[in-house]
Amino acid sequence: MKHLLSINDLSKVEAISILDTAQEMARVSDGPMKKLPTLRGRTIVNLFAEDSTRTRISFEAAAKRLSADVINFSAKGSSISKGESLKDTAMTLQAMGADAVIIRHSASGAAQRLADSRWMSGAVINAGDGTHEHPSQALLDAFTIRKHLSKGADDLAGLRVAIVGDVLHSRVARSNVLLLSKLGAQVILVAPPTLLPVGVESWPCTISYDLDAVIDGVDVVMMLRIQMERMNELFFPSAREYSRYFGLNSDRIRALKPNAIVMHPGPMNRGLEITADAADGARSVIVEQVANGVSIRMAVLYLLLAGSQEIGATL
Amino acid sequence: MTQANYLLKGLILPDGSKSDIEIRDGKISALSTSLAKVEGVIEVDLSGSVALPGLVDLHTHLREPGKEDAETVLSGSMAAAKGGFVAVSAMANTSPVADTAGVVEQVYALGQSAGFVDVFPIGAVTRGLLGENLSEIGAMADSRARVRIFSDDGNCVFDPLVMRRALEYVKKFDGVIAQHAQEPRLTIGAQMNEGEISSRLGLKGWPAVAEEAIIARDILIADHVKSRLHICHLTTAGGVEIIRWAKARGMDVTAEVTPHHLLLTDESALSYDPIYKVNPPLRTQRDVEALREGLADGTIDIVATDHAPHPAEAKECEWQEAAFGMLGLESALAIVNQTMVATGLMSWEAVADRMSYTPARIGRYSDHGQPIAVGNVANISVINPTQSVRVDRDRVASRSRNTPFHGMDLQGVVTATFFRGQPTFLNGKLSPQGGQ
Repeated sequence: MKHLLSINDLSKVEAISILDTAQEMARVSDGPMKKLPTLRGRTIVNLFAEDSTRTRISFEAAAKRLSADVINFSAKGSSISKGESLKDTAMTLQAMGADAVIIRHSASGAAQRLADSRWMSGAVINAGDGTHEHPSQALLDAFTIRKHLSKGADDLAGLRVAIVGDVLHSRVARSNVLLLSKLGAQVILVAPPTLLPVGVESWPCTISYDLDAVIDGVDVVMMLRIQMERMNELFFPSAREYSRYFGLNSDRIRALKPNAIVMHPGPMNRGLEITADAADGARSVIVEQVANGVSIRMAVLYLLLAGSQEIGATL
Repeated sequence: MTQANYLLKGLILPDGSKSDIEIRDGKISALSTSLAKVEGVIEVDLSGSVALPGLVDLHTHLREPGKEDAETVLSGSMAAAKGGFVAVSAMANTSPVADTAGVVEQVYALGQSAGFVDVFPIGAVTRGLLGENLSEIGAMADSRARVRIFSDDGNCVFDPLVMRRALEYVKKFDGVIAQHAQEPRLTIGAQMNEGEISSRLGLKGWPAVAEEAIIARDILIADHVKSRLHICHLTTAGGVEIIRWAKARGMDVTAEVTPHHLLLTDESALSYDPIYKVNPPLRTQRDVEALREGLADGTIDIVATDHAPHPAEAKECEWQEAAFGMLGLESALAIVNQTMVATGLMSWEAVADRMSYTPARIGRYSDHGQPIAVGNVANISVINPTQSVRVDRDRVASRSRNTPFHGMDLQGVVTATFFRGQPTFLNGKLSPQGGQ
C-alpha cells in the first residue's frame, strides 16, 4: 500500500491489519509516554484545501505522536486561496521534500489526481475528497464498532449498521458502505429517495426509506450530517419534516436493541438530524469516535511510511 | 494562377471499385483503372487506400477570436486537413461571440487566408449565447460568410419561446438551428453521465433525460413551425429512439454523433483524469451501441467532431475544475473506420454520406459533398483503412494537446487530403491550398 485514496485500495486483510495496528496505537496513547519515535525526521503535510477542524487536528495529533514533522497548509491565507493550482501546490510540496501529503479537498478525485500525477512522489492520504470518499473516517468507525460489538472477532460479521441521512453528498457514507460490507457487516442506507444516488442499488448494501422500520433491528445507527445549504435545493420540504422522518430522537433511541450504539462523524446539526439527548445519551459513542480517529490515523501513517517493519519492533 | 495537376494511383472508391483519379485545374478530370501519366502531372501512389469525397465537419471549435492560446483558425484548419476534412463549421462560442455579421465575416476571412479548408462560421442563435434575445441572424445570413447554421452550442437554447422564434426566423433563408440539448435545471454543476459510476465517484451527474427532454421538445416545436432542426452531439440510446420516432413520422430533423461518443464510455472517468471530461458526457456501453446502430441505419445523419481544444492547464487539474471538451478533427475518420467500417456496420458509401454528402446538405454548403465523379470539384479525402497508428498528443497539428486517444492504437490513417484539387495534406506534410 503506497497511498490511501479509497477503501477499494484495501483488502479485508489489510483493513483488519489497520484496525489491529490502531489498537496497538491506542494502547500507546493510553500509556504514560504518548509519543513514538517511529517517524522521526519524516515530513508530513496537512494539505487542507477545504475547511476542516477535527480531521486536520486528528491527523496532526497522529503524526506528532509518531514524531513526524508536520506542516499545516490550509486554504485560507495560503497560495490556494490566491488561485494556485493543485499541480503547482503539489510540485511545491515535492520540492520541500514532503514524505506524505494528507489532502482534504472539495473536488472528488483530488487525492487520486495527486497520487496518479507526476507532480509529487510522496504518499497520498485522502482525508476527504468532495462527495467521493473519506477512508480514514470509515476505518475509525469500523474500529469503534468492532470495539463495542464484535465480541472478540476481528471483523464485523453479522452486525447490522444503518447509515441514515444525506447519502448522496456523503463521502463518509461511501467509504463506510465499502468498508463495513467488506468486514462482513450488513449495511442499510436509510434516506429520502432524493438523497440517495442514482445506481445505489448496485452498492453492497440495502436501501430503506423508513427509519422506523429498520431502527429496532440494527446494532449501529450512524447519522449523517445534513448540510444547511441542502435546504434550498429541494431535497426535502422542510427541516422539520426531515427531522420527523429521519432524525434520531429519544423515541427512536428507545426502539433500539439493548446494545446498539449511536454514531455521527461530526460536526453535528443538533436538532436537525440528531437531538441533544440522542447525541449525548448513554448509547452515543460520538466522542469516542474522535479519540479513535487519532489511533486509526497513527496506524495509517505508520503502515504507509514505516514500510514493512514489524509493528512490534518499534513499539 | 496555374495549379499543379495530379494523378492519384491505386485507389478504392466508396462503392468498392478500384480506380485512379486524375485531377486537372482543381477538378476531377478522369476516373479509370490504370490511367496513364501525362507530362506535367504529379503522380501519387496511394495503393490500397480508400478515396472519399472531401469530409465536412459541422461542429468544431476553432477558438478564434478570443482563445488563441488553445487554437486559431489556422491551426484548427491544419488539424482539419490532417484529419481529411475540406470544410469545417466553426461554432459561435468565441470571444466576442459570433453573434454579428462582423465576427462571422472575420472568421470566414481567416479561414480563407489560412487556405487549408473552407471555414464556415456558425452564428449564435441568441445575443451573447445568453438565451434571451435573438442575435442578428439575418445580417449573418446575408453577410459574406453566408451563415446557414445557427447554434448556441455550449449552451442550450432553453427557453421554448426563443427556440420557436429562432426556428421560424431562419426559414426566411433556409437556415437550420443546431441545438445543444441540455436541460439546464437538470444539469446544475453536472460533471459526467449520471449513473452507477458518477455515484461511486461522487461526481455530479448529467442525466440522459436532460438531453432527451430537450430533443423531444424541440422536435415537436420544429414540426409545428415546419422548420429545420439539427441535434448536436447525440449521446443517449433514448435520444436515438426519439429521433427514429420523429423520422418515421416524416419530421425534418437531423442529428449528429461525435467519434468519441462512438468509442468511449463513462468508465473512463474512473481515472478522474479530466481528459475524458466532455459535454455532453461519455455515456454507457449500451448508449455507444445504440449510437453505432443509429448511425448505421441513418437515424443519425452525420458524424461531427465537436473538436474542442483547451490549453494544458484547463485539463491538468481536478476533474470538477477542468474544462469540458476534447480534440477530434485528426482522429475522427480513424475512429469511424474502427467502430463502424471495420466492424461491418457501415460501408464506405455510408461513410461518404455521413461525413461528406449529408453534412454539406445540412449546412447548404453547395460546393461540398459532391461525389467523386468526373467534372466535380476535386475535394478528396484518402484513408488507408488497414494501417494502425498510435495517437501521440505531442504530434498533433492542433495547438492544444487534449486528445483522450493519446497512447491508443487507432485503425486507419489519413494519407492525403485534396482541397479544390491541391493537396493540403500529403506524405505527412501540410500545405495550404495554392500552397507554398
